[in-house]
Amino acid sequence: MSEILRVENLTQQFRLDKSLLDKLHWEKGRITLRERVVKAVNGISFHVERGEAFGLVGESGCGKSTTARTIIGLNRPTSGDILFDGKSTAAMDKGERFALHKQMQMIFQDPYASLNPRMTVMDIVTEPILFHKLAGSRQEAEQRAYALLERVGIRPELASRFPHQFSGGQRQRIGIARALAVNPQFIVADEPVSALDVSIQAQILNLLMDLKEERSLSYLFIAHDLSVVRHLCSRLAVMYLGRIVEMGSREQIFEHPSHPYTQLLLAAAPKLTGSSIAGYEIPEKEMPTVLDLPKGCAFCNRCRYASPQCETELPALREVELGHVSACHLCGKK
Amino acid sequence: MSKILEVENLATYFHTFKGVVKSVDRISFSMEEGEVLGVVGESGGGKSVTGFSIIRLIDPPGEITADYVLFDGENLMEKSEKEMNQIRGDKITMIFQDPMTSLNPVYTIERQIAEVLKLHQPGITKAQCRARGIELLKEVGIPNAEERIKCYPHQFSGGMRQRVVIAIALAGSPKLIIADEPTTALDVTIQAQVLQLMKRLVSEKGCALMLITHDLAVVSEITDRVNVMYCGHIVESAPTRELIEKPLHPYTRGLLASIPGSGAVREDERLEVIPGMVPNMFDLPKGCKFAPRCAACMEVCREREPETITVSPGRQVACHLCGKGEEDA
Amino acid sequence: MANSLKKQWDSLKGSQFYAHYRRSPVALLSSALLLIILFLAVFGPLFTPQNPFDLSSLDLSNAYLPPYPREGSDPAFFMGTDQQGRDIFSAIVYGSRTSLYIGVVGVLLCSALGIFLGVLAGYYGGWLDSLIMRLADIQLSFPSILIAMFLMSALGRGVGNVLIALMLVGWVKFARTVRGETLSVRKMEYVDAARVIGLPSHRIILRYILPNVMTSIIVLATMQVGTFILIEATLSFLGLGVPVTEPSLGMLCSDGFKVMFGGLWWVSVFPGLYIVVIVFAINLLGDFLRDELNPKLK
Repeated sequence: MSEILRVENLTQQFRLDKSLLDKLHWEKGRITLRERVVKAVNGISFHVERGEAFGLVGESGCGKSTTARTIIGLNRPTSGDILFDGKSTAAMDKGERFALHKQMQMIFQDPYASLNPRMTVMDIVTEPILFHKLAGSRQEAEQRAYALLERVGIRPELASRFPHQFSGGQRQRIGIARALAVNPQFIVADEPVSALDVSIQAQILNLLMDLKEERSLSYLFIAHDLSVVRHLCSRLAVMYLGRIVEMGSREQIFEHPSHPYTQLLLAAAPKLTGSSIAGYEIPEKEMPTVLDLPKGCAFCNRCRYASPQCETELPALREVELGHVSACHLCGKK
Repeated sequence: MSKILEVENLATYFHTFKGVVKSVDRISFSMEEGEVLGVVGESGGGKSVTGFSIIRLIDPPGEITADYVLFDGENLMEKSEKEMNQIRGDKITMIFQDPMTSLNPVYTIERQIAEVLKLHQPGITKAQCRARGIELLKEVGIPNAEERIKCYPHQFSGGMRQRVVIAIALAGSPKLIIADEPTTALDVTIQAQVLQLMKRLVSEKGCALMLITHDLAVVSEITDRVNVMYCGHIVESAPTRELIEKPLHPYTRGLLASIPGSGAVREDERLEVIPGMVPNMFDLPKGCKFAPRCAACMEVCREREPETITVSPGRQVACHLCGKGEEDA
Repeated sequence: MANSLKKQWDSLKGSQFYAHYRRSPVALLSSALLLIILFLAVFGPLFTPQNPFDLSSLDLSNAYLPPYPREGSDPAFFMGTDQQGRDIFSAIVYGSRTSLYIGVVGVLLCSALGIFLGVLAGYYGGWLDSLIMRLADIQLSFPSILIAMFLMSALGRGVGNVLIALMLVGWVKFARTVRGETLSVRKMEYVDAARVIGLPSHRIILRYILPNVMTSIIVLATMQVGTFILIEATLSFLGLGVPVTEPSLGMLCSDGFKVMFGGLWWVSVFPGLYIVVIVFAINLLGDFLRDELNPKLK
């Protein structure tokens, strides 16, 4: 297997105070110049193998969606590099970067916001085909669109309708057809099922798995729901406040999670057996904000194993077993 | 135990320009005092409308009819709007999905709690309000309640805000709390905290809780009994553990099988799915509403709506298949 | 494209908007009024008794005839005549053409400018946004009629100059609305999807942003036609608007105003009432559109 995507030391920050006036603050009787910076992603590295589904999991505000958006090119990274197929995107020229749009596509979270309400389904799906000149004529593009729609489970005779005439699940299918229209090799899926009903979720997950096999796609799958990732992804990383705290294969993470945060996530997820929440002690403290990250381990205020070292020193990712890394001072010590 | 809520033939129809939407179609159920009842289903199932219909918060073009909605022995359908206002927020309170929309952003928490207290205990003094408010915030686990009561909603995080909402819901003397997707907007770890809190408070206060959610796992964590709704009908009602372990209605079975990582399904394999989608509410099938998606659909299912039958004490199901099964056995 | 328009039309007919429109007495009344007004402006000259601005068709002996049922009136001139024997009804019909022309064309011009600047500010943000919006803020701190008067006294009378003045006065409202809407539409995932496809900015603006801010533009433009007719009327009343050769309703009011307190009220009052009817109908329709299409603007 070869790598299709490698992310190296990716950092993404957003400046909240864009103009000079916003940066001025009144403090203790004098005016000071201070800028608030959201440190959404703080130096993360991982790679996705060809034909693999890689999961990125975490709670809201952990930077998983920002990572996805930066990889797909919607944000310009503050620092770090993204290598696609071994080539650094930072070093790419305009033409190469343009060609990247044909290889990498995205499936969005909100099926109600991801389709232009003023375009018919046919226009939505043919837009990328026509724009990238993947079809010789409009007829040919429409033929391809019909085939795609049929493949994702939308009856072709509905193609002339507008998005509002479809249900959430159907819209998500249309979004998938649009992403597939340019024949990409790599798909970033940002919480593609979290807005859907349970029974529809399962349909879409199955569709994504079928498509992966048929077209030998690679996925970067963003989710907050561990069970969804467990079902779809062979490897995953857990993020907390802009850093990867644990990464490994599905079996490693779910069967012997090493980081206390991963353990908490697994324990806090409600289960059909109905015994987990009552039995587990859940920390009452809440996450620090991304505006003001602690110096040491970001999780230490909620961690039941926290030691003084955790407060002052940032833990690095360490290998706990082959292919399984964890960023915790206690790893290997417990 | 006596019944706190008895609903008989509750129906809520919306008369829109496109036709009539039967959001809730002649459902009957009841709740014991102190019981935690889960109402689950997918969007369009009518679970939220059920909650709003009980406290009669349905605006035109919606129309509620019912034989009776007995709450604490009184028929809510016969109450005047003024009497309902007295009951809402005091004896029956609601908790919504998005805590930001149920809190008024321009008032402090203190003022919002005081408002509820004053409504139901006229003559209460400011100092008493404050003391009671602090007590309530402590009860829902908000640290440093004396200081935090002076804060505005935006100064709280999502989880803390939902706790404030719960505190306000407890400010009256509720016998029934209707919670509409109270943890859907929250992160998993925060959701677990809030669920724990709700379960503890309900058992401490002895009030009943109706938990409306799409998430069967949440239901199985904290409820005693579950109503499964589909297209405005209660298709199955059973004690939680029985429902999860031995679902009778094909819809319930399908829902359970659709959850990734649930029991039988192994990783990388395809999930079991319910084919198709929820039918158009303007154009519902004639017989069983689930028939077009049901793997075990029979001739009779397309023709006639199944009646709700009691399979065992406390366990009802509306399916032609189950009735037959019982007779055979 | 034609096919797509037909689809849009079909989908409009099945929509809630159409159902509400058909049931709203306000919307139906205002549309009916506007249709009559437009009909009069377009075809009115075919059945008015005279061309009021063709001096040869006027007869000075008909000067100051009162409106019809009153003594000494002529049923042919049922709204009476002015000092030159000009039929007031004919004058109103001709005057409304100028007024409506200025209102509609003025809105088209200023919405074009406002949409252009608003989309630029909202889509690109940064210094461009700051520059355009600060300019708008400065302009908004003066009453618009004051700016219009200033511009007209600098430019001189004339229909073209009125249009320029209205454009410079009115773009701010469009720019601000369009900028706000653009900011919110820009955050939608379908715009992200378009960027992920690799579409260039101009195509995203034309196909993804503009169609989705159109409803608010339509609402605002409708209301603005009424406002512009009023501003033009005020300017003309003050003698700063259209030239005497192309009189508008405002100018007719002004003409009659001189004799109004001599008991010859009809010369001024009828054109004035007609302005009220036009603006009232436009605002009613605008209100309805606003409530239906964009509750945010309330």
